[in-house]
Amino acid sequence: MKGWQKLLHRLAQWPLAVIGCWCLLALLGPLLPLQPNEIDLTKILLPPGETSVLGYDDLGRPIFDRIVLGAQTSFLVALWVVIVSLIIGVTLGMVSAYYGGWFDQLIVQIIDIFLAFPGILLAIALAGIMGPGIENVVIALSTVGWVGFARLTRAQVLSVKQREHIQAAVALGSPSTTIFTRHILPLILAPIIVEASFGIAGIVIAEAGLSFLGLGVQPPEASWGSMIRDGARYLLVAPHMVLAPGIALMLVVLAVNLVGDRIRDYFDVRLRVTT
Amino acid sequence: MGHFLVTRLASAAIVVFGVTSLVFFMIHLIPGDPVEVMLGESARVADRENLRHALGLDRPLLVQWLDYLYHLMRFDLGQSLHSKQPIIDILLAHIPATLELTLVALLFAIVIALPLGIMAALHRNTGWDRAAMTVSLLGVSIPNFLMGPLLILLFAMYLGWLPVSGRESPDSVILPALTLGTAMAAILSRMVRATLLEVINEDYIRTARAKGLSRFRTILLHAMPNTMLPIITLLGLQLGALLAGAVITEVVFSWPGIGQLTIEAIHTRDYPLVQSCILLISLSYVLVNIVTDILYSVLDPRVRLGETE
Repeated sequence: MKGWQKLLHRLAQWPLAVIGCWCLLALLGPLLPLQPNEIDLTKILLPPGETSVLGYDDLGRPIFDRIVLGAQTSFLVALWVVIVSLIIGVTLGMVSAYYGGWFDQLIVQIIDIFLAFPGILLAIALAGIMGPGIENVVIALSTVGWVGFARLTRAQVLSVKQREHIQAAVALGSPSTTIFTRHILPLILAPIIVEASFGIAGIVIAEAGLSFLGLGVQPPEASWGSMIRDGARYLLVAPHMVLAPGIALMLVVLAVNLVGDRIRDYFDVRLRVTT
Repeated sequence: MGHFLVTRLASAAIVVFGVTSLVFFMIHLIPGDPVEVMLGESARVADRENLRHALGLDRPLLVQWLDYLYHLMRFDLGQSLHSKQPIIDILLAHIPATLELTLVALLFAIVIALPLGIMAALHRNTGWDRAAMTVSLLGVSIPNFLMGPLLILLFAMYLGWLPVSGRESPDSVILPALTLGTAMAAILSRMVRATLLEVINEDYIRTARAKGLSRFRTILLHAMPNTMLPIITLLGLQLGALLAGAVITEVVFSWPGIGQLTIEAIHTRDYPLVQSCILLISLSYVLVNIVTDILYSVLDPRVRLGETE
């Protein structure tokens, strides 16, 4: 490979690098010597320059330090919401499709009603009624998030549950839990992983959206969404207050979407054969 | 067709009933006492009980629910706790703004997405295609509450062409609609590209070209009509998402619509108003989906034949 081709190849890896930075900052953030809440009135609205990488906000707090704090918020929320939605959605979807009957009917009806709502509206309403706070954001987004996983899992299980190896396992008297975890789950895991990876991008945007509306984390905690909201008031004098968290948010969402694309292509056998 | 309509409307009625009840129970079952919020924690017990009784909140939940449904059927949504006006009047005053914003946004989305998607499909795997899809990916990754301030910064502050916010002049709608429309255009252009790519290799396209039709007319008259089905479905689904996205966009631009009203009601703890706003947005969403379904069956005979067989 020529030099420039290598460089291109390297650049193609930037989404992974962004996601890596996001996770590292979120996990190691508490250990770093940062002062996200230190107010310095002499530095109010100072643009990026010699004293700091990303400048200062309307209270004279360093924006870089607050972005790291915001990375923690978005990472924690995304992690928890995906875990909770996955557990609830996949369990309900599997049980519902495998056993069928009235329980299946009920789950399908509930899924239909939830899908009749615009998801983000339901989350806004829930977060608004429960009051602000990171736990409530997780609860609100999980209440919306499980539906997609349940529907996907149900459809997948319906398509594989008549397979012979599963009938054999039933005939041999395997307990249902073994059938679910050993014989069904591995078959339907790929689309669920793809859905989860795109889900993370959606959750990061939704968390920032709730915080933008003032329904997410509360000050002095930081979220990229609340930073954008605070910055919007000083748009003309200090655009860096909106641009810095905005670009951070955009990079993470873009990176997660691109990696999601790549995971989908990897699992999509059809695509591999044709190209 | 009649049979299809009846079954479709019946299932829609079940969903409407479900949505209505879900909104009611969501508001009433979630921890948090509206009376305590309204009067503050230091209020006397007697005052609280009086207010609770006046609002009818001391009755069993099932009775409250039936009462709510009964009033809802007569379009009686009650009073706002905050302004004491009938809620139906408040909603009616805010609907036109949201409707205007959503429709203009939809128009922007179509105007941006169709050329972008067609161009990408016709020049598949070239620089044009990649550029169009990169623009589209950027559009998906920039949320409304970031796109809004960026557009304000560029067009309202640096260039000074358009108003920053509010709804005073006719051109106020451009920036919020553009904010809302770009996100939709991003998804739509991908869909246009994908469906056009599927259609473009069909035999009848080759026939049309072979009989001497120009490339432009072939695409316009033979390929595009056959891409309309999935595109209309997506438009329907997206219009619903647009209604929800309008909430954030309206807040960014102080646009006096239902979305901003919802957030204000949440912040002032005006529970009946919150409940009615959410119900209104959800029902419009359901309505849009039903209309999409019906439109779909009108456009594609296969759908309604499948239903009646």
